[in-house]
Amino acid sequence: MSKRRRNWHLWIGFLLCLLAIPSYLAVFAKFPVTRDVPWATFLIFAAGLLLLTSGVRRAFGQLQEYRGKIAGPILGVLGLAAAGFFCFGVFYGAKQIPKSAAAPRVGQKAPDFTLTDTANRQVSLASLLTEPLTNLQTPPKGVLLVFYRGYW
Amino acid sequence: MRPVAISVDSPQESRDLCKKAGYTFPFLSDPNTDAIRKYDVLHRGAGVDGHDIARPAEFLVDASGVVRWANLTDDIRVRARPEQILEQARLLK
Repeated sequence: MSKRRRNWHLWIGFLLCLLAIPSYLAVFAKFPVTRDVPWATFLIFAAGLLLLTSGVRRAFGQLQEYRGKIAGPILGVLGLAAAGFFCFGVFYGAKQIPKSAAAPRVGQKAPDFTLTDTANRQVSLASLLTEPLTNLQTPPKGVLLVFYRGYW
Repeated sequence: MRPVAISVDSPQESRDLCKKAGYTFPFLSDPNTDAIRKYDVLHRGAGVDGHDIARPAEFLVDASGVVRWANLTDDIRVRARPEQILEQARLLK
């Protein structure tokens, strides 16, 4: 009974599925090549799910030889759930942002505004366009407005 | 070209971010989503506790105040790439 071998396909596969999302957030999301189309993360999930499948087949196909009849299905379902969650986030969750149909278009005047900067000064778009750049002593050729979600 | 970052973060929060990340360009605080609404980039209720925040968006404005390029991504993970913006900035007169 205790002679049955450890079913390492199951555990390695599960580990890969477990690490796929954290590794995307910590590493792959930082580089456009692996972020915009998260192929590296898909590959990790594919490898993990293949190993899990092989592990489950071993556990039930070679009953006398491999362990994992209880762990196999549990790890398999958890691995699939992680992959499903990631796909849901990528293909649906990340796309739930407003259309911004009334945003200023190319060729239109950019609406002026006055906001507070980090030194608590009032800054307008007009002043950003005319104030000289510190290193060049000339006004910039343009201003790039970057709206971002912030950290609240 | 002068990059300018705009969010609902307070000046203090942006100050901490700039210090941590080493940013030296202006960070503007728009807690009442005044400019954010003028540019129609409001993401209602998407912040912590259902606060309104800005959705990611970039606008390149030329010296005469006209929009020369804009990027309104439809995927929160996909933002404009630096080389894409620099290419557009080089076209400014």
